Amino acid sequence: MPLQTFVLNGKTVTVDVADDVRLLWVLRDRLGVTGPKYGCGINVCKACTSHINGKAFNPCAVPVGRVGPDDEITTIEGLPEQVEAPQRGPNGLHPMQEAWLDRDVAQCGYCQPGQIMAAVALARKVREEGREVTESDLDTIRNICRCGTYTRIREAIVDGAARM
Amino acid sequence: MNAPHPAHTPTTTSTPAGSDVVPTTLPLDRRRFLGYVLAGSTLVAAADLGGAAPPAAAEIPTPPQIPELYDLNDMLTDAARPTANLITVVIREDGTATFALPRMEVGQGITTSTAMLIAEELDLPLDKVEVTLAPARQELLFNQLTGGSNTTISTYTPIRVAAAVARAALLDAAAIVLGDTVAGLVAKGGVITAPDGSSVTYGELAARAASPTTVEVEVQLKDEADFAVVGTPTNRVDALAAVTGQKDYTTDLQVEGALPTMVCRAPTLNGTPVRVRNQDAVEQLPGVTHVATVSTGVAVRAETFGQCIDAVRALDVEWADGPVAGESDSTILRKLRSAQLPMPALPPNPLARTVGGDFTFYFRSNSAMDTNSAIADVRDDGATIWAGLKSPIVAQQRIAEKLGMRPDQVTVNVVTAGGSFGRRLFFDAALEAAEISQAMRQPVKLMWHRADDARVGRGHPMGTCRVQAVVLGQEVLAFNQSLTCVETDFRHGLGEIITAKAADLPGGLGNQGFAQTIFALTQEVPYDFGAVTQTIIETDDRFNTGSMRNIYSPDVRVAGELVVDQMAAKMGLDPYEFRRKFQRNERLLAALDKVAEVGEWGRRMPAGTAQGIAIHKEYKGVSACLVEIDCRPQTTGRQIGEAVTGPRVTKVTYAVDVGLAINPRGLEAQMQGGINDGIALALTSSLHLRDGHFLEASWDNYFYTRQWNTPPEVEVIVMPSTEKQPGGAGEAGVAATFAAVACAYARATGTVPTYFPINHKQLSFEPKPFVPPIPESPTNGLDLTS
Repeated sequence: MPLQTFVLNGKTVTVDVADDVRLLWVLRDRLGVTGPKYGCGINVCKACTSHINGKAFNPCAVPVGRVGPDDEITTIEGLPEQVEAPQRGPNGLHPMQEAWLDRDVAQCGYCQPGQIMAAVALARKVREEGREVTESDLDTIRNICRCGTYTRIREAIVDGAARM
Repeated sequence: MNAPHPAHTPTTTSTPAGSDVVPTTLPLDRRRFLGYVLAGSTLVAAADLGGAAPPAAAEIPTPPQIPELYDLNDMLTDAARPTANLITVVIREDGTATFALPRMEVGQGITTSTAMLIAEELDLPLDKVEVTLAPARQELLFNQLTGGSNTTISTYTPIRVAAAVARAALLDAAAIVLGDTVAGLVAKGGVITAPDGSSVTYGELAARAASPTTVEVEVQLKDEADFAVVGTPTNRVDALAAVTGQKDYTTDLQVEGALPTMVCRAPTLNGTPVRVRNQDAVEQLPGVTHVATVSTGVAVRAETFGQCIDAVRALDVEWADGPVAGESDSTILRKLRSAQLPMPALPPNPLARTVGGDFTFYFRSNSAMDTNSAIADVRDDGATIWAGLKSPIVAQQRIAEKLGMRPDQVTVNVVTAGGSFGRRLFFDAALEAAEISQAMRQPVKLMWHRADDARVGRGHPMGTCRVQAVVLGQEVLAFNQSLTCVETDFRHGLGEIITAKAADLPGGLGNQGFAQTIFALTQEVPYDFGAVTQTIIETDDRFNTGSMRNIYSPDVRVAGELVVDQMAAKMGLDPYEFRRKFQRNERLLAALDKVAEVGEWGRRMPAGTAQGIAIHKEYKGVSACLVEIDCRPQTTGRQIGEAVTGPRVTKVTYAVDVGLAINPRGLEAQMQGGINDGIALALTSSLHLRDGHFLEASWDNYFYTRQWNTPPEVEVIVMPSTEKQPGGAGEAGVAATFAAVACAYARATGTVPTYFPINHKQLSFEPKPFVPPIPESPTNGLDLTS
């Protein structure tokens, strides 16, 4: 089988797995990185949302062979290191994670890593566009939360984006 | 600082470790209880409520209605009572308290509220309390079922008693160490301090406070007025783990040799495999280690779940049709109609007017984010299971039966789950994983695909609900309500094999008895409506059903509240005023008035938008909901890629009185979740049965509330309560919301809906194929970054 090399949460990793295995399973089943969750396997529920080179993406829909050795994959486990130490909060986490804690957003917690990764990407996007997060931005987030934590997610995104 | 509560009074009774202890005295008042310091090398404190059971009502009068006197929570609490003495709090030498909760955390927050109770009684910081989930313990009998929103109701006192016993034993030990009397000591923050300033920590006392024999003690619980933790909004104890990806669910566990495993399922619901035509070829696929035919389908085990998906899709299997082959929504609805019994006769009165309704509720899925999953390692001489289980004892017994083992050969570990909504009352994946592991002679990590979970997973049965009421002038003379539905499966019993077997009697008779009991113990009409009758008929046991969040109440309350609005119109009263006039419960009236005030009932709204108001009473609590809905074309027609939009609930005001709210922040969260469930049930979420199978296979087919549906404004008000005991929270947000949204929709559109969800008859997606049974994983993810 081919060797697959990419940068995962700041470290170069190499794993021996076939090209067509979706990245989600390489992360979870081969590398033991279980922050990205399975919720559908067809890029609908967004529970596996992670970042590739700073953009939100869904590893359930990416064959590992398409990921190059210089591609930087960030999962929830590597999110705190995406900001400089002084920007991290009292728990040593990314400002969005800290906003999530302050709002006590999670219920079962299963979708929350994906929600946070999507929220960070959204906050970056609107900042690049020179604007604030709007209700319309929040309305287009596709990540499902079956516990229905949407109200607190919306509050935490606005709060976390302001802290970033 | 809290006033120190009175020290316990040790009694003379001392018995050998492990023997049954019969309490010799009854509690003196409602805060005095007996407990035990169990024999052990560190301090182990246990609670006993044997003498504290309230006398059961011998007769149940007709008015008032049954749940007002003795409801489902009383039944579950009484069932749990005789074994509650086995609930223990352990103090470790590092100063922490641990408690293995014989319940299941699925997101409802019970590990947090339980830790708060222990922290409160022990005067210990919350972060020094560790609450884990107990594995299946057969000796607990009825006391290991998580359902009916009963956890806090049934465990509130036993957990406090156990913690109070531990605190008392620590104080006794401290008195010796510090050379003072117990009465002079102050316990705070895990440290006991004497008047002279000398102190000792719980950790230092843990071994000294231990007892070589089991000793019965009497303790007095803290006065509610002194609560410093209970009642204070508190963040979840597992929040940090959740936001960092460290919270482990079943499929995150690494068990040696337990490789990913999935099942290829039949194209019709509950169809069974006849033969595999290409087993050799599939066994040769990359990563695949095993292929085995089991009772539910053909299982594949591989190096990764991705390779399992490919192998499931490659399997060529001959299937036998399942029991509902050929059936569709319309054929099931016809069967329900023919099963309906005549409504009870209404009082004859030539001047009276009859108001009524006939509503259909389609199948819905409890569809947790975390699909059905389980790890099983079955060996010749025993088995170990890991799964999210709300009834682990009956799971253990059923798995043992399936494997041909004794229950004590099967260890069942309870794992935190990513949601339940009733789904995990059953143990479908655990049973299936055990069968697969036995067939393959290998450990397996079984995960259902989302398509499996939607199409084969349990859900809320389809039903009809008819309502007839008789109105005379400004009075209601009678109110009849009759629910006829596909069977709700209660074959988990009360969590152990005895009642589970009773529920499994031939012909569905046993399950009918359970259904009648659950219905009678949960349903009431929260109004003074003269002669009130509520009945249930269940038919058809061929579907995979179970107690979905709030069981019967959402449908019953929607039908009732829609007819209430019609009665109000007949009397010329506005919906809020009508509900006030016929209210029979002070707490409910207060909640109703609160939402009307805060939510500005009656404010002027544009055409095509409207308010709706509804109430509900269950789980020892009451709730009221006021919603605003927007049904204008510019809203219903809004376009968000591949999204079902439709009417938007724009604002929700929700008041809940659950009695004592252990954790108001957690309670608010449960209401927010229930609100989104209620909106989904009213507007978007259902399963479509066509030709023997459910069409849904994706979250973009089964439309649970999404961000574009959720209300931008939600306010939850936790009502101050006159009740001293906690009620249930997990399900209390659903029924009133569903009903308020239905009423608002009827008022905004001028049309009373006759079926739910209101979008059910427009199929909003292209169904995915049934052969192969699960969709291919996409490859275009890098084109869709954002």
